[in-house]
Amino acid sequence: MAIVKNDSVIEQEWNTVDAEGDLPASDENLIVPLARFKEERDSLLGRNGGLGVQLNPGDAPEDLADDLDRLSIITVNFPAYTDGRGYSYGRVLRERMGFTGELRAVGDVLRDQILYMHRCGFDAYDLKVEGEVALNKVRAALKEMSVYYQPTGDGRVTAQSLRERRRAALQ
Amino acid sequence: MYRYDDFDRQLVHERTEQFREQVKRRLAGDITEEQFRPLRLMNGVYLQLHAYMLRVAVPYGTLRADQLRQLGMIARVYDKGYGHFTTRQNIQYNWPKLDEIPDALLDLAKVEMHAIQTSGNCIRNTTTDQYAGAAADEIEDPRPYCELIRQWSTFHPEFTYLPRKFKIAVTGSPNDRAAVKVHDIGLRMHQNDAGETGFEVMVGGGLGRTPFVGKTIREFIGKNDLFSYLEAILRVYNRFGRRDNKYKARIKILVHEEGIDKIRELVEEEWAQIKDGSLRVDDAEIAHYIEQFAPPAFEALSDDDADFERHKLENRRFANWVRSNVIAHKQPGYAIANVSLKPIGGIPGDATDTQMELVADLSEKYSFGDVRVTHEQNLVLPHVKKADLFAVWSELDKADLGTANLGYVTDIISCPGLDYCALATARSIPLSQRISERFGDLDRQHDIGELKIKISGCINACGHHHVGHIGILGLDKRGKEFYQITLGGDASQDASIGKIAGAGFSEAEVVDAIESLVTKYIDIRESGERFIDTYRRVGMDPFKEVLYGDR
Repeated sequence: MAIVKNDSVIEQEWNTVDAEGDLPASDENLIVPLARFKEERDSLLGRNGGLGVQLNPGDAPEDLADDLDRLSIITVNFPAYTDGRGYSYGRVLRERMGFTGELRAVGDVLRDQILYMHRCGFDAYDLKVEGEVALNKVRAALKEMSVYYQPTGDGRVTAQSLRERRRAALQ
Repeated sequence: MYRYDDFDRQLVHERTEQFREQVKRRLAGDITEEQFRPLRLMNGVYLQLHAYMLRVAVPYGTLRADQLRQLGMIARVYDKGYGHFTTRQNIQYNWPKLDEIPDALLDLAKVEMHAIQTSGNCIRNTTTDQYAGAAADEIEDPRPYCELIRQWSTFHPEFTYLPRKFKIAVTGSPNDRAAVKVHDIGLRMHQNDAGETGFEVMVGGGLGRTPFVGKTIREFIGKNDLFSYLEAILRVYNRFGRRDNKYKARIKILVHEEGIDKIRELVEEEWAQIKDGSLRVDDAEIAHYIEQFAPPAFEALSDDDADFERHKLENRRFANWVRSNVIAHKQPGYAIANVSLKPIGGIPGDATDTQMELVADLSEKYSFGDVRVTHEQNLVLPHVKKADLFAVWSELDKADLGTANLGYVTDIISCPGLDYCALATARSIPLSQRISERFGDLDRQHDIGELKIKISGCINACGHHHVGHIGILGLDKRGKEFYQITLGGDASQDASIGKIAGAGFSEAEVVDAIESLVTKYIDIRESGERFIDTYRRVGMDPFKEVLYGDR
């Protein structure tokens, strides 16, 4: 119901269509599933509105390699919180492919997963609760831990690099 | 031994607080049991047949005296005065109250322990050789790498919702005591042709309903590259592992269905893209961890101790214990002492609060405060002076911890079975007790020699029956428990999966069936042959014949 991005609640400005649905007017923002994007790539890229792609579990983010700079948003669907494929997609898109647009987690997005998603490169979360509740959830989730062991390209400093800095300072 | 620094401490503290809040939400009814389930599982809290169960992580099976003492305290305060050491080198408590678990976790945090990732579809506690840093046959102490794996895997944001649980085991010795070939990833330290020490990487081993021995995906990976290589394997598994059926979701199924060559190709392709990235660990950092596992301050001793030899001559029970439970140490004048948690007729792996406290005291006095948990559900005092062994054994013996049966027929691995476990289809503990009693005579056990019996109470194989020289699987047939026997399993460097002998036996028949197998083995063995060697030489038929005759 509410989308939280960069510490604020944002408006849903995107029309999402499935494999078969009618497309909205050419100047409206549109998110299509990857399979449809691959089929109708040229006509979709020729539209005037913003374009985004939704990845579902099993999709290969690598399929977007040639078109990343044309996409404003990629949504990654977590149909069940137990399906963790989207975390890998996030890291591949951000760290390997250099995607800089909005990376939004949609589907079964639970509070206790938001920090992990953030660490994998997600910057927006579509939550099933009202705006203020959603914002507080995201804020609380991102604050819950302050020590990180793994380098993931999310900009957080790892315990190991802090240890190295400390050792260097002591020398 | 590794000590937490303030970062490690902070992380465990934050986790403890987080779980306290989650329990509060559950008890207040803000979240349902269903919503609470994944949260509690990530903290090692199961809901078993009769009660909640708390599984505490013992990373790579290494404990300090103060930690083991605290585990004893927790058994007394939060449980019924005992704990159960598991095949994952962890400990679990069967009777904690949910509202008290946050306090138990806080008490664990005080001694740098926790229950993180002892459950859930994430990377579980990394296991290793219980004799690491002490064994005479070791290439290198694997624990610095285990600690690095612990940190890399703890709250790994990409690998916390894997298709299924994921288990990594490491051995630093060519004699594999960590069963690395039956883990999702097995790492074996060895030297390459250039004389560098690194790891052979095996994937896709595992037990459960479809047992497999792991396959080598890479003959050698250097230490600096280990973590990027592990991350590459995990990413391939997370992306391509099956999720349509939880019984087919382990990496062993992916390896089996796609073939090891295809998986190798995917992993190498992935690894090529990340190997020079931030997961590369440099030599200085590795050296820092090696330093933390530096050998204790051993004394320079002669390897022969006159008093030790005299005690063996004067006390036959002590001599028996030395023969079975004491292993060669790399340092002259020292030995590795195994503490059996398999007293005759006892419950495999159980220890009482006072027993834990005694072993903690002994480790402080005689073993540099170092204790290990083995995947075979025993404890180890890894660095005992030969001159002190008699004193150590005398204390252990008084506390029913001096049983001289390591590796013998009564040193049984057993899962908790139907007495505790919600998944079990048959009881395991009473059967292991009856087998133990039947073969309790020590001279007879010694004559039989090494014989590994492993019992599981269901197809999930927590008791590792597939890799028992004799494996026993308890099943339910129309409301009646019966037991299927497998022969020829082995968890060592010569790993193999046992074969089913034939139709199962009733509860009343199964101990006799085991006895007939043992009698046959004694009858046909050649000099120096262990049960498994004889089985490998003669095959199933002679054993089948004594089990079933004309049936």
